[in-house]
Amino acid sequence: MTIRSNKWIAWLFLTPVLVVMALLVFYPLVQGIIYSFTDMNQYNMGSKFAPPSWTFVGLDNYVDLFASFFKPDSVFRDVIVQTLVWTFVNVFFHFVIGLGLALLLNRNIKGRGIYRMLLMVPWAVPSFVSAFSWTWMYNQTYGLFNIILQKLGFSPIPWLGDSFWAMVSVIMVNVWVGVPFMMITLLGGLQSIPPSLYEAARVDGASPWSQFWNITLPLLRPVAATATVLGVIWTFNMFTIIFLVTRGGPVRSTEILVTYAYREAFLNWNFGMAATYGVVILSFLLAFTVLYRRLIKANSNEGVYY
Amino acid sequence: MRTSNWWVHLLLIAASAIAVFPVLWILSTSFKPRSEVFSTELAIVPQTFTWENYVHVLTRADGVFLQWMANSFLVALLTALVALSLSATAAYALSRFRFSGKRVISFSFFLTQMFPGALLIVPLYRIVNALGLLNSYLGLVLAYATVAVPFCVMMLKNFFDTIPYELEEAARVDGLSPFGTFYRIVLPLSLPGIAVTGFFAFITAWNEFLIALTFMSEQRMYTLPIGLQQFVNQFNSDWHYMAAGAIIVTLPVLIVFLLAQRYLIAGLSAGGTKG
Repeated sequence: MTIRSNKWIAWLFLTPVLVVMALLVFYPLVQGIIYSFTDMNQYNMGSKFAPPSWTFVGLDNYVDLFASFFKPDSVFRDVIVQTLVWTFVNVFFHFVIGLGLALLLNRNIKGRGIYRMLLMVPWAVPSFVSAFSWTWMYNQTYGLFNIILQKLGFSPIPWLGDSFWAMVSVIMVNVWVGVPFMMITLLGGLQSIPPSLYEAARVDGASPWSQFWNITLPLLRPVAATATVLGVIWTFNMFTIIFLVTRGGPVRSTEILVTYAYREAFLNWNFGMAATYGVVILSFLLAFTVLYRRLIKANSNEGVYY
Repeated sequence: MRTSNWWVHLLLIAASAIAVFPVLWILSTSFKPRSEVFSTELAIVPQTFTWENYVHVLTRADGVFLQWMANSFLVALLTALVALSLSATAAYALSRFRFSGKRVISFSFFLTQMFPGALLIVPLYRIVNALGLLNSYLGLVLAYATVAVPFCVMMLKNFFDTIPYELEEAARVDGLSPFGTFYRIVLPLSLPGIAVTGFFAFITAWNEFLIALTFMSEQRMYTLPIGLQQFVNQFNSDWHYMAAGAIIVTLPVLIVFLLAQRYLIAGLSAGGTKG
């Protein structure tokens, strides 16, 4: 028996994390799912002064939600469409720009340390600060963008005041915020490819293009797959940027599932319904991940890294 | 061999400018007097330079801003330390050992990334409350660890995977125990990865907004993101003060970021082949 198959050592190494996660993630998760079957709100949730008095309502929350989906002016349906647009457009730009920059940074050029540092700035800036900075630039009257547009003779754009432009605006902020993570992760993947492989390929007379297709991309795949799935999940769950830049407005046009769940919980104080939204979000992401893993596995022989 | 293609530099300069500009813009705003901030004239650099916004923010409310800064720093540092020490051994086990249940565990770490805050925050609040840890650093660190630990495990596992197993086999032939191998061989070799991962955890805590808002109800215990919102609420649309506050919040992260740079620059697998 080799040491690698000694399961007792493996479990010993895993125990601390498993205990903490069970207590602080899975237990609350189960609680949250249970709440989605209740009518819990601010008044009946229980406090120092009053015992909890919420009741189980079965599938009522789910029935209400999905029944509203088919109504002509369904907010729930709009929110789902907006969430999908938001997630897809963001992750697409994160990946394309991130990969492009990672490939540029992986070249042996002068000052790449400085470039890398500058390019990582959006990721090092707290997201509420980024939200503030961009909101200020989008300002209708005193914002930089409209001042420049007017100096150039164009009419000002209602960045945050129009449904379409508001979506464009928040997506621009989040693309700016999210590119560095993708870039750095992919760069890490590129750098962990042994240089000897490229040397061998060069000796065999492979062109740079062929090296990219036959060495870089296949070896980058595990890192890229993980980074993309994480990107989708984080973007899907991105609360701060939307909440601080548009608050979901104007007229809910930039509301996504998480911001809407927050609205249910902390503005309408309807914890039961908020938990139901939470379960819907979780189901979406689970379905996506399972599907994505299938696709990745169907296209490669090696396993995915998670 | 250094290549110097001008178009590579051109693209990188343009991208860097876009990456840095929003920060430079609030930096510029933070040094402008009020009259210049609320103006439709285009002034990239302040025409009248003033420290007044910083003085106002820092001396406002008996230096409570400095208290918030200390809170934020302590919580973020503790989160990084807790997350790293919990996740390192777990990531190693997942990277190196074969055992039944491994796939389930890997996937469940991954799964936690999907849990929306909206679903977890109410139950989490009730647990932290039951432990008597509301309004405490520890309560916030525990909550942040739930976000940071699964992510750190996955990142560290990826870094450990890049270290050739042959190095460990050699160490074991030389008589090192499994824990000794981990501590003396794997950890030192993955220092760049650990630095990157720790920095991720630090940033997660430093940026966090929603949990801090819910858990820290005493003004003295606020972290910077929450404290700063108070400033905005108090002064409504005083963008110049907000800009000064935002620069103060951003600066420490950028410093940590610069310190972590040398670990980022070292190639990840380079350490393995050299060692």
